[in-house]
Amino acid sequence: MNTNLYTYCLRLADNGLILSHRIAEYCSAGPQLEEDLAITNVGLDLLGQAESFLKYAAEIKGGGITEDDLAYKRKEKDFLCVHLTEIPNFDYAYIMARQFLMDAFNFYLYSKLVNSKDDIIAGISAKAIKEVTYHLSRSSDWIVRLGQGTQESHQRIQTAFDELWMFTDELFESDEIEKSLEKEGIGVDSSTLKKDWQMKINEVFSLAGINVPKIEKHSLQYGKFGLHTEYLGYLLAEMQHIPLLYPDAKW
Amino acid sequence: MEDAKKLEEFQAKIDADIKIEPKDWMPEKYRQNLVRQISQHAHSEIIGMQPEGNWLTRAPSLRSKKILMAKIQDEAGHGLYLYCAAETLGVSREQFLKWLHEGAAKYSSVFNYPTLTWADIGAIGWLVDGAAIVNQVSLQGTSYGPYSRAMVKICKEESFHQRQGYEIIADLSKGTEEQKQMAQDALNRWWWPSIMMFGPHDGDSAHSNQSLKWKIKRESNDELRQRYVDKTIHQGEILGLTFPDENLKLNEQTGHYDISPIDWDEFWNVVKGNGPGNRIRLAHHIKAHDDGAWVREAAIAYRNKMNAKSKIA
Ligand SMILES: [Fe+2]
Ligand SMILES: [Fe+2]
Repeated sequence: MNTNLYTYCLRLADNGLILSHRIAEYCSAGPQLEEDLAITNVGLDLLGQAESFLKYAAEIKGGGITEDDLAYKRKEKDFLCVHLTEIPNFDYAYIMARQFLMDAFNFYLYSKLVNSKDDIIAGISAKAIKEVTYHLSRSSDWIVRLGQGTQESHQRIQTAFDELWMFTDELFESDEIEKSLEKEGIGVDSSTLKKDWQMKINEVFSLAGINVPKIEKHSLQYGKFGLHTEYLGYLLAEMQHIPLLYPDAKW
Repeated sequence: MEDAKKLEEFQAKIDADIKIEPKDWMPEKYRQNLVRQISQHAHSEIIGMQPEGNWLTRAPSLRSKKILMAKIQDEAGHGLYLYCAAETLGVSREQFLKWLHEGAAKYSSVFNYPTLTWADIGAIGWLVDGAAIVNQVSLQGTSYGPYSRAMVKICKEESFHQRQGYEIIADLSKGTEEQKQMAQDALNRWWWPSIMMFGPHDGDSAHSNQSLKWKIKRESNDELRQRYVDKTIHQGEILGLTFPDENLKLNEQTGHYDISPIDWDEFWNVVKGNGPGNRIRLAHHIKAHDDGAWVREAAIAYRNKMNAKSKIA
């Protein structure tokens, strides 16, 4: 088995899987019907991307394992999503701030991955880049709208970014796996995405009148290496409970 | 005098199957009747997102999660079409929501029942969407243009929902013993509520006659109910499921299925909002609406700012 590629696919998959789950939790609770529709659209795209990467990971792993096994029967420590995707839906400002930070990251990531020498990754990314381009433009609009809207919305979105900022350094943390996949032309070394990402953030923040929070390294332990926030365990307990309760059943 | 003539012309248009459009003259009662019916329909679509959303985070496979998420999104879209159609009658969405929150507007009481197992998601698609389609297909021929066009769009998606729900129940019926029980239990709990979705018997329905004359409704509650029962029994029997009605029997003379008398006490109890379901659904909707107030205000404030800017420039 190509362990590096397997791990890399899980990282890509789990970011989409967990973030789309948070969006699913928000279903029917949006500020207006149009938003319910739009945010569910984003969640569906992310879930589809996750499914594709899990399918590929299952194929790499072999032994008859399926994408559902990987989603529903993996242990928490084997999930490789970044902490930012695990943050609960505290309010709409947190939801949009979390989304915007991830959308910008995904945009630059998939812009590169479309050129992957691995045909499957390139194929999934070609579809994903169209989706995340829309996601980023939608969330950017909302950040500006909230930043420039009312005093309350400005304060809420600034607070959300202040609180979430410490989770952004993980996005650009790379390791030997990413470095070697980058060398082979298959994957992307996350640290190379930081400059573009930061520029995009600055651009939208300046339109929105939001201050870029101070950079702080918050953690020595990261989700992408299997060490998670306390939030993830509860999310998985809910998401996985039926397949675990009925191990012999097919759904 | 004027009005009597207008009314006559109006009825002539209806009789000739010419659609009534927002700018056309219409009797005030017709307008009120439509406002009530379309908004009730819209509310049902959006309140219906909740019992299904209840299982979205526990959908047991990636495929089923995607299908359910897309379905709930469809229902939000249906709500949107219908609010837009209702708004052409001169009432704002904000007002519709206010009536809903105050309890002045109703929604289909079937959504006050709880979803207790994954099989309920199958039962809702198969039975609740299945019953809704029968009604909605008939409403494609409604006399009010915007309502009719909304129904045409909605019907296309509803038949997917019905099939996807049936597929869940079919898979469970072929699954483990526990899964089969789950499917049967869901049918037991959803069958009668789905039958009651068509409303009271023709003789007891407050709005029925006038609605038929104005072609707001095209067929009576009992006709639609019978069509639903007839098409559904066979679908359940192929799967080896039993309907919770010992009097259910094909009537050789009519060619239709006879069912037991409907328990109208339960129906009116649920319609009147007795029981926990109604409170939970409304409280959820009110909370989402209140929590979102600052977001809507921000969006309006921003739009006003931009408009002011573009006027100066
Ligand atoms: Fe619908
Ligand atoms: Fe539906």
